[in-house]
Amino acid sequence: MAHAEQVKKMTELVAKFVGYTGKVLPDDVIAKLEELRRNEDDPMAKVIYDTMFRNQQLAKDLDRPSCQDTGVIQFWVKCGTKFPLIDELEALLKEAVVKATFDTPLRHNSVETFDEYNTGKNVGKGTPTIWFDPVPKSDSCELYTYMAGGGCTLPGHAMVLMPGEGYEGVAKFVLERMTSYGLNACPPLLVGVGVATSVETAALLSKKALLRPIGSHNPNERAAKMEKLLEEGINAIGLGPQGMGGKASVLGVHIENSARHPSAIGVAVNVGCWSHRRGHIIFDKDLNYTVLSHKGVSL
Amino acid sequence: MLEIKNGKKILVTPVTAEDLKDIKIGDIVYLSGSLTTCRDVAHRRVVEAGRQIPVDVKGAAILHAGPIIRPLPDDKFEMVNVGPTTSMRMEKFEYEFTKRTGVRVIVGKGGMGPETARACKDFGAIHCVFPAGNAVVAAVCVEEIVEAQWRDLGMPETLWHCRVKEFGPLIVSIDSQGRNYFEEKKVEYNKRREEQLTKICKEVSFIK
Repeated sequence: MAHAEQVKKMTELVAKFVGYTGKVLPDDVIAKLEELRRNEDDPMAKVIYDTMFRNQQLAKDLDRPSCQDTGVIQFWVKCGTKFPLIDELEALLKEAVVKATFDTPLRHNSVETFDEYNTGKNVGKGTPTIWFDPVPKSDSCELYTYMAGGGCTLPGHAMVLMPGEGYEGVAKFVLERMTSYGLNACPPLLVGVGVATSVETAALLSKKALLRPIGSHNPNERAAKMEKLLEEGINAIGLGPQGMGGKASVLGVHIENSARHPSAIGVAVNVGCWSHRRGHIIFDKDLNYTVLSHKGVSL
Repeated sequence: MLEIKNGKKILVTPVTAEDLKDIKIGDIVYLSGSLTTCRDVAHRRVVEAGRQIPVDVKGAAILHAGPIIRPLPDDKFEMVNVGPTTSMRMEKFEYEFTKRTGVRVIVGKGGMGPETARACKDFGAIHCVFPAGNAVVAAVCVEEIVEAQWRDLGMPETLWHCRVKEFGPLIVSIDSQGRNYFEEKKVEYNKRREEQLTKICKEVSFIK
């Protein structure tokens, strides 16, 4: 296949995949919501869960986005340095978002800052967001896609704690955000926490934490223990679906971490709403693709 | 009018203060009749600029939302997706808005504050939550878009006057006695948060 044709093909595949993720939730999110729905005995919470499942079915049947806020599109790209389209990737992803916006359709969610106008294309300066991690010697390209809606973007928060505040300070930082901003961010939430050395390192890790499959754990034993403690603790607050009360509050808590300066603990929290529209797809050098987030999809 | 069908409480517009008398926070109701999308700028126009709202919402419902609409021939429209937006943004306008327009049912996402609670009590209105993220469920309850006013505001902010059938579930978050579901819940949540925090802190003293 000629190079230009390959670019076109990948653009179309990514556009289709992004559109699809706006209509159908990933398998792990559906499985978790089913579990929470099964375990719920509060009548009001049950009605809300029933509404969610009816909505997802209707979205599929009527081929429409399941939520009107289809977010700012974000990509975390782990691209092999030998992937044939590496040079074109950034432009291609932007073009794919424009295409998905008009084909799906997605809401126009890109407002240029300072000039304060909506571009009308769902892309702008720096949007879609692209985080690029090169992978040496590989010729494939792994993409995580995410629709960052307004409601669940709002609780995002990062700061640097003094070491004296310790991991107790981290727990307090996360829990306080849940009962203030979390209520309105469409629980049950997926909570991403970054523990690192500064605001931006912690913040990026807190977003990457949201892209991990639900039920996965941090490989560090203590970090995994803290994930579990936070998950149980936030669930015990009983926010329930829509923050209106119920047995659980979260889909999960994921922590990602890095080393830190001895004088600082960077901490950040990011949340995903119940309608956690994450996608995960891998392309090989010939653009054969494997979708890991949604079983049995062909684009 | 309040209609009970198969155990479902359905408010049919026009709704009176009397219809809302026995509806309490935490109740689940549905709405049939007139519902108009109305959010930030429309509230400003009514309250700050003192303009007459071009859709009569007296005894009817408003929805804090910005929908996705598909235009049809002959100046008709189809509701593709509609979900509630954060109601709290309208808090600073809602007392005066309710007073001037006579709206009875305010629908949105999350709770509202003391000014809206005061409006609900003084004028006999309620605030309800439509579970957010369920934009297709809401859209299929819209039978017809009757008219579109203040179109200069663009698609999200236009007043889309809809005829709806059993729109819901709507969970009452402020009732006409002025009780506020979220404010009461927050007290519980904050108490439990402190208990949980104490418990977690005992187990995360990793810096020694």
